[in-house]
Amino acid sequence: MSVSTSFDVLERVRDLFYGLLDARDRLRSMGIEWPPRLDGVEIGTVKVKVGFQAMFRNGVIMDVTNVEQAQVAERAGAVGVMVLDKLPYDVRKAGGVARMADVKVIEDVMRHITIPVSAKVRIGHYYEAMILEQIGVDLIDESEVLTPVDEQHHINKWLFRTPFVNGARELCEALRRISEGASMIRSKGEAGTGNVSEAVKHFKAINQAIRDLQGHRDDEEYLRDYARRCQVPLELVALTAKMGRVPVITFAAGGIATPADAALMMWLGADGVFVGSGIFKSQDPESRAAAIVLATAHWDDPETVVEAQRMTSEKSAMLGVDIRTLKPEEMMQTRGV
Amino acid sequence: MRVGVVALQGDFPEHMYMLRRAAEELSMGVEVIPVKGPHHLRDLDALVLTGGESTTIGLLAKKAGLLEHLRDYLSSGVPALGTCAGAILMAKEVRDAVVGPTSQPILGVMDISVVRNAFGRQRDSFEADIDVEGIGRVRGIFIRAPAIAGVWGGAAPLAYAQHPRAGRVIVLAQQGPLIASAFHPELSSTDLHRHLLGLAKK
Repeated sequence: MSVSTSFDVLERVRDLFYGLLDARDRLRSMGIEWPPRLDGVEIGTVKVKVGFQAMFRNGVIMDVTNVEQAQVAERAGAVGVMVLDKLPYDVRKAGGVARMADVKVIEDVMRHITIPVSAKVRIGHYYEAMILEQIGVDLIDESEVLTPVDEQHHINKWLFRTPFVNGARELCEALRRISEGASMIRSKGEAGTGNVSEAVKHFKAINQAIRDLQGHRDDEEYLRDYARRCQVPLELVALTAKMGRVPVITFAAGGIATPADAALMMWLGADGVFVGSGIFKSQDPESRAAAIVLATAHWDDPETVVEAQRMTSEKSAMLGVDIRTLKPEEMMQTRGV
Repeated sequence: MRVGVVALQGDFPEHMYMLRRAAEELSMGVEVIPVKGPHHLRDLDALVLTGGESTTIGLLAKKAGLLEHLRDYLSSGVPALGTCAGAILMAKEVRDAVVGPTSQPILGVMDISVVRNAFGRQRDSFEADIDVEGIGRVRGIFIRAPAIAGVWGGAAPLAYAQHPRAGRVIVLAQQGPLIASAFHPELSSTDLHRHLLGLAKK
């Protein structure tokens, strides 16, 4: 389903959000013009923010920590990179507070590759996001992999002209993030484990909820009740039921480590995949990166997936972590729901 | 009529949706075919090269053995529309506004040169009304868009954008039955898709 069918409703949701918060007036009183304008052209619109992600379809976005890794990703055919200070696996091992990556490293990466550059901010950290928009990052990930700074609220993403991606474990969570202005959704999975089981769980939960809504697409009472439970606008729920999918581009993330993992997530309905520690924590990052790109684009052709899987060796894959051995406080997916 | 959409990476579902809508508006029977390998390039009346990452699409096309076949097919007179990444692939010369010359695989079938990311990064992506010769006014959605920096030989400009920083820039060019667009008509209206189906009908 074309994401262009969601533009009208998302524009209304954005306006509703502003009407409720009087944010537009507050911004005006602070001297900030909203929506942002450039002489003769319109920037930061829903169409350019949500349409952008459609260009990622069937693509792979790779976590990198420096220019060399970013160049490996670009050469392998990634549609984008995500710049981090530490790969999620190392964040998990290091403990402490995980924050946004170094501005200098992000800028360095932007100067050296032609594909879009994303970076992560802590949940609720408005100013880390402001900094990323200022330096020109193409996509901001408000991520549970970093340590949240606001236990109550996420960032009001409608205020930015840079698009945001947010994690979700189920449909309500995804729709809440979209109503806050996220232009893209990804499964949370359990980052840094090399174990795709949680991402599978989250995609199946989203798919099940969408099938449910589709079955009730003409039952306004049901949709209204669902919207109330999720605390999201009814229009957004009705749109989801009508489109039969999450209304914005939705990627799989969390624990993808092999070409087969990527193909599995595409088969479950992902529009593309994020690969975090899976590539640069393996012993064969260059061939593994190219293989995951191939398997993601040709997930519906078993022969090509086999060819991709052959490009990697299980002996070189990251070892990974069994989710059942994690203590509740070690789980990242429960942050910011 | 059979129209192929290169479906390796990028917004091919958006193009397929717009093609079906355009066919409906013109009351034409159009079968839309996703093209992922050389075996799909048979008996097509028109072809679409989608938006996406041009480096990724180029690499995947090369890997699938599609690059040479696409080049031959487009040189044989089949009408084609390339948007954003598609336009980059069709151009004979490509460079990036920040990084400079790129070594990415391209088709090189149109006498145009393009500059990738010419209007800036994603935060600078914009919408503007564009007047297209022979078609009228369309809403141009420019996403990390390239600019057509030069046309020569058989290519001619069809539309310009007036941008506050980049100035007056060619954003649509045609060479025979081949059309290169810097913006994304698949995200706004059926005008260019109807134009393509019209070219295919001739």
